Amino acid sequence: MKGYLLKRIGYMLITLFIIVTATFFLMQLLPGTPFTNPEKLSAQQLAVLNAKYGLDQPVAMQYLHYLGNLVQGDLGYSFQHEGRTVTSMISTRIGPSAFIGLQALVIGAILGLVLGIISALKHNSIFDYGSVALAVIGMSIPSFVFAALLQYYIGVKLEWLPVALWEGYSSTLLPSIALSVTVTATVARFIRSEMLEVLGQDYVITARAKGMRENQVIVKHVIRNALIPVVTMLGPLAVSIMTGTLVIEKIFSVPGLGEQFTLSILVLDYSVIMGITIFYSALFIFVVFVVDIIYGFLDPRINFKGEAA
Amino acid sequence: MERKIRAQALLLLMAFVLILSGCNFSSSESGNSEGAKADGGEGEASQVLNISATADIPTLDSTKAHDGVAFTVLNNVNEGLYRQDENHQPIEALVTDHTENEDQTVHTFTLRDSKWSNGEPVTAQDFEYAWKRVMKDASPYNFMFVTASIKNAEAIMNGEADADELGVKAIDEKTLEVTLESANPLLESLLTFPTFLPQNQKFVEEQGDQYALEAENILFNGPFTLTDWTHEQGWNYAKNEDYWDAESVKLDKINAFVVKDPTTGVNLYETNKVDRIDLSSESVDQYKEDPNFDTILEPSMIFLRFNHTHPVLGNKNIRQAINMAIDKESLTDVILKDGSTALNGVVPKGFFQSPEGEDYRDLNGDFNTGSVEDAQKLWETGLKEAGVSDLTVSINISDSDDHKKVAEYLQAQLEDNLPGFKLEIKAVPFAQRLEIEKAIEYDLSLSSWGPDYSDPMTYLDMWVEGGSANRMKYHNPKLDELVAQARVETDLSKRFEMLLDIEKILLEEDAAIVPLYQDGTSILMRDKIKGLIVHPTGASHTYKWASIEE
Repeated sequence: MKGYLLKRIGYMLITLFIIVTATFFLMQLLPGTPFTNPEKLSAQQLAVLNAKYGLDQPVAMQYLHYLGNLVQGDLGYSFQHEGRTVTSMISTRIGPSAFIGLQALVIGAILGLVLGIISALKHNSIFDYGSVALAVIGMSIPSFVFAALLQYYIGVKLEWLPVALWEGYSSTLLPSIALSVTVTATVARFIRSEMLEVLGQDYVITARAKGMRENQVIVKHVIRNALIPVVTMLGPLAVSIMTGTLVIEKIFSVPGLGEQFTLSILVLDYSVIMGITIFYSALFIFVVFVVDIIYGFLDPRINFKGEAA
Repeated sequence: MERKIRAQALLLLMAFVLILSGCNFSSSESGNSEGAKADGGEGEASQVLNISATADIPTLDSTKAHDGVAFTVLNNVNEGLYRQDENHQPIEALVTDHTENEDQTVHTFTLRDSKWSNGEPVTAQDFEYAWKRVMKDASPYNFMFVTASIKNAEAIMNGEADADELGVKAIDEKTLEVTLESANPLLESLLTFPTFLPQNQKFVEEQGDQYALEAENILFNGPFTLTDWTHEQGWNYAKNEDYWDAESVKLDKINAFVVKDPTTGVNLYETNKVDRIDLSSESVDQYKEDPNFDTILEPSMIFLRFNHTHPVLGNKNIRQAINMAIDKESLTDVILKDGSTALNGVVPKGFFQSPEGEDYRDLNGDFNTGSVEDAQKLWETGLKEAGVSDLTVSINISDSDDHKKVAEYLQAQLEDNLPGFKLEIKAVPFAQRLEIEKAIEYDLSLSSWGPDYSDPMTYLDMWVEGGSANRMKYHNPKLDELVAQARVETDLSKRFEMLLDIEKILLEEDAAIVPLYQDGTSILMRDKIKGLIVHPTGASHTYKWASIEE
């Protein structure tokens, strides 16, 4: 186990290094300058600014310089937000993103479970068709469409929840619900098919034959076993939620990280692009890692030595 | 098992609470109109304005500010030598007296008594310090000092002089002396620009690299103070009781919310959360009949550049034909529908008046307008002169929706109206469009230009040979000479005549560019809001004289 962990961490660092390198050099291919007001910058001014920020040096030198700072945990300063460090920009903006993301994951997982279980147990009934239809709708309509509908009907027409802005817990609900739609649909579909499969397994028939009560069979044998593959889904789902926040945050005026990311690319804010890319990549790599570990705990058939079970 | 689940649930809950505490919800208690009404007196409107902003404030450091959002905030929380009035003309702010020497190169400003929000007096040294700081840090708007002809500004920008040599000096606490390279009739108007605001040296140095990063790290001396600034969410202004002219300020509070999606803005307006929003063209049809709907002219203009070294586009008749073959009204009213209006000159309408009070555009009228038949005649002559029978050129545009819409319209118009014309559209990212333009590696380029200061010159001196914004190898020595003369002409009426003539050379004589349209914005603003001034340049809004009347 220890050896496995060390090896995984090693791979994670290598992955991150490759991402940093690739992003850094790809970014240099983008035309333009990170400076503000490029329409009016004259050639002399540009030269002065480039010298000031070290952008007149060869790209390889800039890269080494950046890596050096990165190792010391210094992500540099934003070009657009004069004087603000990239670290402080990420740290103040990750809270809202993480909160609506996690909340969406929880709402989606619970709703998805309920829908999935009902449709599996009432297989081929009106409930089944209903929740399958819901799941298909949820999968195929992008979350920003739901966001716009929720904002208009729940926010403007019914006035039950705030339309947008970030002013207390109630304002986190609509963005989370909008984001949770994909999660709900995915989880419901997955649970349904897994449960149908498990219901046909020998051990379920055995349990029933032993005279176990149906409730217990469902909870102890069927749902528990059906849940295992769902855990593997959580990794990719967390990723899809993070990318989903890019649009949702803009629609609900949530001061999160996703919106900053797209903006920094548009204005070529080099240090912010790098900082957020590194942050997101590290997070993704970490989530995948954690999911793998949890999976091992849940399913005893998996071992970490890499031998066939 | 059950206990385990409970423990896990508890852990999850704790995690949520922890993240929630890191969420920095904005602390504004503004918003719904009932709440606001309750704290106003009976029958009297509460003086609270709720507005939306399109982006967070990039920086509150006046020496480094470079965008409309920051300029607007600075204009309302700080006070410089002059401020723009409702006609965008300079009026005295901290200045009580302004004298100049005979050749108008040495200006002496006397300051009134006023205080920073930490109680210290605003002094002439504060101006000298802030201005030199702009030059020292090669700030984005340091070219404003060159535009204002302030001594040594250009040399400092080119690295030939030290920032300390800038032509500004505090004679004593209340007297500021500004030395110019040459007389500049625009000086007072330029001094309204937020880059010329003062800063308290002691405070700035105390704050170090934290200066202006938060509302607590900056001093105020304007009509309002910032009571709160939550990054990416919004900021709140409160009336500054210590402001020298506090009597004129009627609003008690202003709450600004960052709203980046225009549809969200509409929904917030509908729920009374904000009182004024910008509409996107999709929402215009829906609100056109609303009594609170309005369109405001913007001072930026969208135009076509020609590559004047192109063998065919270098021909004046060809350029004129292209000018006339485009129906600009349909472009703005049918295609764009966003409040923009057709423009047949280089200086936009509605912002620039002669000393006699007449609009620049009205005085100079329209250039290069004519029927399709006129265009075709010129086209044929031009082709003959250039010795070709047809013309295929490309147009360099940004890959934005607006640019694509305009380019496709131009393609249809020009190919239909001018026989043998073929236009290829080359869409690239904004930054690349700019690079291509600066390198003059295009045939036609769709460009825009916004003013730097409130004077027609900001649209006219860019066309001189070698000008950094010429970007099309256009050259007419007559225009160069007239610009040079107008820069030093101190008789304002004479100068305005010259400005009119410069445009005539550019368009009537040379048809050097194709002006297409002038930007506009469609807005919704509740009619209880009075006196909110929208400026064409520098800060876009002044709240000093605004009020709520119900």
